[in-house]
Amino acid sequence: MRAARLAPVLLVLPSALLVLVFVYGFIAWTGWLSLSSANDLLLGAARFAGLDNYARLAGHPRFRIDLENTVTFGLTFIPGCLILGLGGAILIDHVVRFEGMWRTVCLMPLALSFIVTGVVWRWLMNPSSGLNLMLEGLGLGALRSGWYTDPAVGIKAVALAAVWQLSGYTMALYLAGLRAIPRELYEAAQVDGAGTGQTFWRITLPLLAPVTLSAVIVLGHISLKIFDLVIAMTGPQGGPAFSSDVPANFMFQTTFQANRFADGAAVSIVLLVIVSSLVIPYLYWSLRREVRG
Amino acid sequence: MKRATLYLALALLAAFYLTPVYVLVATSLKEFREVSLEAMWRPPTALTFDAFKRAWAGDPRGGMRGLGPNFLNSIYLVVPSVLLSVFLGSVNGYVLAQWPFRGSELLFALLLFGMFIPYQSVLIPLVRVLQALGLYGTLPGLILTHVVYGLPITTLLFRGYYASIPRALVESAQMDGAGILGIYRRVILPLSAPTTVVAVIWQFTQIWNEFLFGVVITNKPTVQPITVALNNMAGSFIVEWNVQMAGALLAALPTLVVYVVMGRYFVRGLLAGSIKG
Repeated sequence: MRAARLAPVLLVLPSALLVLVFVYGFIAWTGWLSLSSANDLLLGAARFAGLDNYARLAGHPRFRIDLENTVTFGLTFIPGCLILGLGGAILIDHVVRFEGMWRTVCLMPLALSFIVTGVVWRWLMNPSSGLNLMLEGLGLGALRSGWYTDPAVGIKAVALAAVWQLSGYTMALYLAGLRAIPRELYEAAQVDGAGTGQTFWRITLPLLAPVTLSAVIVLGHISLKIFDLVIAMTGPQGGPAFSSDVPANFMFQTTFQANRFADGAAVSIVLLVIVSSLVIPYLYWSLRREVRG
Repeated sequence: MKRATLYLALALLAAFYLTPVYVLVATSLKEFREVSLEAMWRPPTALTFDAFKRAWAGDPRGGMRGLGPNFLNSIYLVVPSVLLSVFLGSVNGYVLAQWPFRGSELLFALLLFGMFIPYQSVLIPLVRVLQALGLYGTLPGLILTHVVYGLPITTLLFRGYYASIPRALVESAQMDGAGILGIYRRVILPLSAPTTVVAVIWQFTQIWNEFLFGVVITNKPTVQPITVALNNMAGSFIVEWNVQMAGALLAALPTLVVYVVMGRYFVRGLLAGSIKG
């Protein structure tokens, strides 16, 4: 009997140990590094440095720019994905012919890596070619832009490429959400004389609220972690004057190029804390819903 | 909504998603002398696969590395990583769904959180540990990494699916004297095909496309997966645009083919995970 009760634990033990060490153990280790003086010394000789690294980080101009860029990225990328995703999902939901084909096209970039997307969009956003050439051809020359080469655009150009790559994700979420709304609700609204707009604002959007919440959390945490796309589009320095630099890239360079481990660890912990404050309530909410559900 | 407006809007939407793909494919099929900033939108006059050959084999005399060996590295990386993470995820999912024990819910929550963390917060210790194990800079080191950090999503996928298997099925097998492993082999595994397909496709796509672990753990060009090699190639100014696009297409091809052929399963992984970008 005891063996029978022990067996399930033994089966998950290898995975549980791996995750405990590689996730929680390593986070604790990084946390210790962020409080140590491992910037200039060999790691073994590090001593406790209190919050020195964090204090230096708070005053670091590049890190400040990075945090601002993250906010700008999120404010461009998240609404972009939500609007395009919902719009596309509604269109596809209404369609009678070739639904699968439309969906395949819109979700296709999801199968690509950020690196591929970055390489292609870097070429597309070349200031003397690509998008600018197309805008001129369409008589929209006024919209020409320096894209990622213009510090005033910088990270927003990266966000546009990210919308291209990931809006299919919100589209898939919204499509599933739309399919789950009972048809009778729309029929009842029609009987009551509600117009298309009213139906959208009063029925569709409120019922999609949980989907929107999930999407915002997931897209938000992607915004905080974005790295590959920035590197591939604008290079290791994050564009001119750090205009497309992000915390993940700062961490990468500080740690693995400059060997300032404690500083890099401090950046990581700041990132982790921000991501956690977004994700932990969400996970709690999802698991609760599952239990009740 | 009017049919015509609907299809017009959809066509515009599709154009948004397909335009970069057009540039990617058209540029990669051009000869070098046809590639110029002014001619980006022009279709190639004569189709040539020269750019693909150069992207694959490189140009040793010109000091350019080809992506061919890295494409193979990615295959050697992906196959064991996917198999191991999917198998372990299936076992975990089975236990968590059908054999809950004290603390198993907490364990699941801890596992799930591992899917969301910014990997920066584990990178430095990861490198130290891999160095200590002699696995730093090697494909086995990268495989181990992908297996471990793939456990949350595969466990989540299988746990969700196995929870929908009726208890009665498991209990009747128990009545017949089957133990926890016997039930897994005789009842659970034969029912696992749908979720296994979803998990394999998802992990394949994620690991093939992954960059951060690759660039941190594999420092030598001969070991690097294709995403890292492509980024290096694109970052050097000597490489022509048509070769870069051909390289990007090479890197994209495997996941793109899987997506086009098995898109339905891919989307299921996307929705179930609701998670990674």
